[in-house]
Amino acid sequence: MATPLEHCPTGIAGLDEITNGGLPRNRTTLIAGGPGCGKTLLGVEFLVRGVEMGEPGVFIAFEETAEELTANVASLGWDLDALCAGGRLVVDHVKVERERIDKTGDYDLEALFIRIGFAIGEVGAKRVVLDTIEVLFSALDDTARLRAELRRLFSWLKGQGVTAIVTAERGEGTLTRHGLEEYVADCVITLDHRVDHQIAVRRIRVVKQRGSNHGTNEYPFVIDGGGLSVVPVTSFHLDHPASTEIVSTGVGELDAMVGRGGWYRGSTTMISGESGTGKTTFAAAFADAACRRGERCLFMAFEESGRQLARNMASVGMDLQRWVDEGRLRIHASRPTQLGLERHLTAVYQQVEAHGPDVVVIDPITDFTSLGTPTDVKVLLMRIVDYLKTREVTAVFTSLLHDRGAEDPTISSLIDNWVQLRNLESQAQRDRGVFIQKARGMPHSNQIREFELTGEGIQLLDVVAGPDGVLTGRARARRTTEEGSR
Amino acid sequence: MEVDGDAERWELRLYVAGETPRSVAALANLRRICEEHLAGKYSIDVIDLLERPQLARGEQIIAIPTLERRLPEPVRKIIGDLSNTERVLIGLDIRPSG
Repeated sequence: MATPLEHCPTGIAGLDEITNGGLPRNRTTLIAGGPGCGKTLLGVEFLVRGVEMGEPGVFIAFEETAEELTANVASLGWDLDALCAGGRLVVDHVKVERERIDKTGDYDLEALFIRIGFAIGEVGAKRVVLDTIEVLFSALDDTARLRAELRRLFSWLKGQGVTAIVTAERGEGTLTRHGLEEYVADCVITLDHRVDHQIAVRRIRVVKQRGSNHGTNEYPFVIDGGGLSVVPVTSFHLDHPASTEIVSTGVGELDAMVGRGGWYRGSTTMISGESGTGKTTFAAAFADAACRRGERCLFMAFEESGRQLARNMASVGMDLQRWVDEGRLRIHASRPTQLGLERHLTAVYQQVEAHGPDVVVIDPITDFTSLGTPTDVKVLLMRIVDYLKTREVTAVFTSLLHDRGAEDPTISSLIDNWVQLRNLESQAQRDRGVFIQKARGMPHSNQIREFELTGEGIQLLDVVAGPDGVLTGRARARRTTEEGSR
Repeated sequence: MEVDGDAERWELRLYVAGETPRSVAALANLRRICEEHLAGKYSIDVIDLLERPQLARGEQIIAIPTLERRLPEPVRKIIGDLSNTERVLIGLDIRPSG
């Protein structure tokens, strides 16, 4: 055939990227996967997005009633009743009960074809989902005839001018339990929902796609408040807005260390350091400064409750409770181990959508590393960073360093600015130091500055240089006194 | 109509899609079985789904031909050309009159 297959954009975030533009138009795509892998949701979203793009749809539900389906997807913000009432969608529940079907002699599934055709005609459908047609195998217990009829059905669908999705259960050692992949030659996608180290991870893979140069990798995906979202690891286009506006770091002297007086709006900053170096305080200072400017801030706290955070920050002169009371600051506290990685994305999305923040703090991102493999965590962070950047949200993440310099370079490539906090030990005293590891697109100080957490906030101390470098703590005090007495 | 003590009336529907040999055979088989076992107390309504496709959804029909016993309740369905009389009798729950 000379003409290449046209694509039908699904409208599902990321799926069109990994399929080079969508599913084969006017063909049938097979979606295979185990129970709870998201097949049905993918099918529903395909239709919902289709309606948004002016393509009405038909959902033939073999497993759920229209009421169950409608209720199940309501939490994703999809109102199937309204779409049906508006003449944009038909949901037809095909009820097959094995014990109620007696067979005597020859038959075919022409009535099912008529049903689907009637539904297509009712709304002028361009998209059809059959979920999960395989239940017919157990209901009719007539494999040979059913295979012949499904073959006929798929070729009939091609003539209906619709782009179709057929869902199927994954088989043992085969893509689908009943070998439907033999009939659907145009596009096959598998979904997987596996639990790894007690963490649930969803993955999607384009197994085959005729006439298309598709990605064969597995991609993580999430189901969140807005539907499915696939994360293509390498194919995201970097086309975020790049603001030249500067926002304060929240610490006056730190602003001065950065050439432009703060971070670019929409940038992502990581504050890393060992335990007890004041990471949360720096992050809170950033949040506090945003609220002072009249902006809205979301603070995702994964180690302490909102009240505890507010109390602790009050001791260093920050009144976070005031911003909470005024509705500018929202502290969302939760334990990361309660949620899988994908749920974390959901939580960030949902909180951002609900609160509409100008700045977001995630304290800390370290806790994500207990939830999955380094790749999973990186992908999660990439997704969060991309999402926040697209919305021009300025973000600060904190990260716990166990060993100096052990920071994962792949994560650092995702972030724009990196502030390191250090414990400086000298003369039986521990002091804290801060330096800027990197600040994209701006000159910055190379100095390590000592700082103190005081009742008035974070105070960076003046640089006092000695013969062996910067002096801190007692050495600084002695030197300062010596200089004063000179 | 003569009605016996059980007051049973048999209301049957046969769903077809156009006049196919299979449908014609199913109707012929059904008429024969009814005459033999339900004489005088049955009615057969033939529904062509090509003309009334909405009934396929409303009555949950997927296969052609489908025989539906609407009365007596409960509703029962048998699919196929009804060529096996014994199975039709079992499917319709008709006890052979003896």
